[in-house]
Amino acid sequence: MDLLNNLALGFVTAGHPWNLLFCLIGVILGTLIGVLPGIGATATIAMLLPLTFQLEPVSSLIMLAGIYYGAQYGGSTTAILINMPGESSSAVTAIDGYQMARKGRAGAALAIAAIGSFFAGTVSTILVAVFAPPLTAIALQFGSAEYFSLMIVGLVSSIALAHGSVVKALGMVVLGLLLGLVGTDIYTGTPRFNLGILELSDGLNFVALAVGVFGIAEILRNLENEHERDVMIKKVTNLWPTREDWKEMTAPILRGTAIGSALGILPGGGAILASFASYTVEKRISKTPGAFGKGAIAGVAGPESANNAGAQTSFIPMLTLGIPANPVMALMIGAMIIQGIVPGPNVATEQPALFWGIIASMWIGNLMLILLNLPMIGLWVKLLTIPYYMLFPAIIAFCSIGVYSVNSNVFDLYAVAFFGLIGYGLAKLRCEPAPLLLGFVLGPLLEEHLRRAMIMSRGDPTTFLTRPISLTLLLLAVAVLVVVLMPSIRKKRDEVFVED
Amino acid sequence: MKSFSFSSRDLICGLLFIAIGLFFAIQAYGLELGTAFRMGPGYFPLVLAGMLVLLGIIVIIQATQVEHEPMGPIAWRGLLFILPAPILFGLTVRGLGFVPSLFLTGLLAAFASAKMRPGTALLLVGGLTLFSVVVFSYALGLPFRRFGPWLGQ
Repeated sequence: MDLLNNLALGFVTAGHPWNLLFCLIGVILGTLIGVLPGIGATATIAMLLPLTFQLEPVSSLIMLAGIYYGAQYGGSTTAILINMPGESSSAVTAIDGYQMARKGRAGAALAIAAIGSFFAGTVSTILVAVFAPPLTAIALQFGSAEYFSLMIVGLVSSIALAHGSVVKALGMVVLGLLLGLVGTDIYTGTPRFNLGILELSDGLNFVALAVGVFGIAEILRNLENEHERDVMIKKVTNLWPTREDWKEMTAPILRGTAIGSALGILPGGGAILASFASYTVEKRISKTPGAFGKGAIAGVAGPESANNAGAQTSFIPMLTLGIPANPVMALMIGAMIIQGIVPGPNVATEQPALFWGIIASMWIGNLMLILLNLPMIGLWVKLLTIPYYMLFPAIIAFCSIGVYSVNSNVFDLYAVAFFGLIGYGLAKLRCEPAPLLLGFVLGPLLEEHLRRAMIMSRGDPTTFLTRPISLTLLLLAVAVLVVVLMPSIRKKRDEVFVED
Repeated sequence: MKSFSFSSRDLICGLLFIAIGLFFAIQAYGLELGTAFRMGPGYFPLVLAGMLVLLGIIVIIQATQVEHEPMGPIAWRGLLFILPAPILFGLTVRGLGFVPSLFLTGLLAAFASAKMRPGTALLLVGGLTLFSVVVFSYALGLPFRRFGPWLGQ
């Protein structure tokens, strides 16, 4: 049994005391930032990325992964208790979760969310373990044409998930790709787009870009109008769900897990899409659709399971193909590159301990979350009373330390300020930073595979259409693009992404 | 008003796309383009830059069609205090050393909020500096000089 051997290796790696510690740090940090509105998982991971340079590759990736799924837990806590989703993936949880809390059933809502998340986390960990190796085997057959087409799918999907204008999101992808090309051309060694600045000859610093566009720009947006958060929470009691609750939540949890797992694997998918899809499904098949919005248990159980499952399975394309499905995965790839690991199908065969260690740590991390967070809810709620102006100076300080520590290069700090300004400007123009970051990471890869594919085909561009896998992927990309551009779907999409 | 309403947000956005696209296009044109068979360093960027210009034009065309919403307030105070903070850190971390540099950076950033009072800021940033020195310098062992040459050390 290969699978069992692999999982055993994974659990031995993840169970190492050092890695357990970093998993714990990751999930606690993740919950913390999930609870605190105004600072998201992407910004936190971007900030901490440079500091992981000092750690072992496995420990650092385990911690970063923990932040990501920990944030899903924390986000749902605030969504239920104060109707304020800490993360966008728990926005739907707030609808029915908060209503349950108002009826005095906050404890049950939190427990249902946690149990659903844990179940989904367990199932999707197994799914990752089962599906990653065969996908890796397929990926090893990929030529440059297939890689190029696959990246196109990923980029197009990131557009589908962005808020607002599709054209602007497309522009952000192209801008990201261009920024990714700044530096030196790998084939000829020709310097390009470096404006004569010596520090740019190795390209723009990924960490500086991510910290600036996500971290700094987010702080500036939060400072636009500072208002007090009033937090009034009654004591949370009666955590354990009743027998009726169990009956009502089982089916939605199962469906949510299935929906989330499926959507997470798609490039561009992940937690947000999964939770919205699950809520829609639950409402449609419910015998009592009128109960939704008034504290329906299915409206908490389904989406909460789905967002956790989606968060987890979005690791599959990252681990097997080296292609990020969302900005967080792009950051994970950045973390691997900093550590000198080349992301892609070879990770599973060349670094089995790392590959399986990450997978096993996800289950351990989910267990930690359910054991830690239910008793600690009171503490998390207290954290909400910290005013924002006490937090952001620390965020700025950690950003600065983090970015400087990557290369001990002060130029990177100036780049942070520059990209902070750019990121804020783009946010004002309603341009999403996520497609930009994805484009930036994929830019050099996309160009390399395009050029290589064209050389292999002796300059014949039909190579992308005559190779079956490549053609399938491109058709998928076209289908996604057509779907987002269809007026009826666009209207739905606008409803789903209501401004938060 | 309905006959000709214009979204200034989209207009700026479109012009920005076009400007950036043109910048990259001009730069790429100076590089060796090569052929589709053997692409030079300028080929792919030129294609992308062309796409960006095209997208900018589409955004401007659409700017006339969508109803526009206000841009919202701009965080001038935030821009003024937040953006220089990492720059200050970059300028002083080598000369002053990690401890004083971080303290000044935190202090500068703290005043980005109108609600921050000087006393609170000093306490907060003092604690932040202490925490960072313990965690980053002593525990994680990042190779920073705690006090730099400008202080006669």
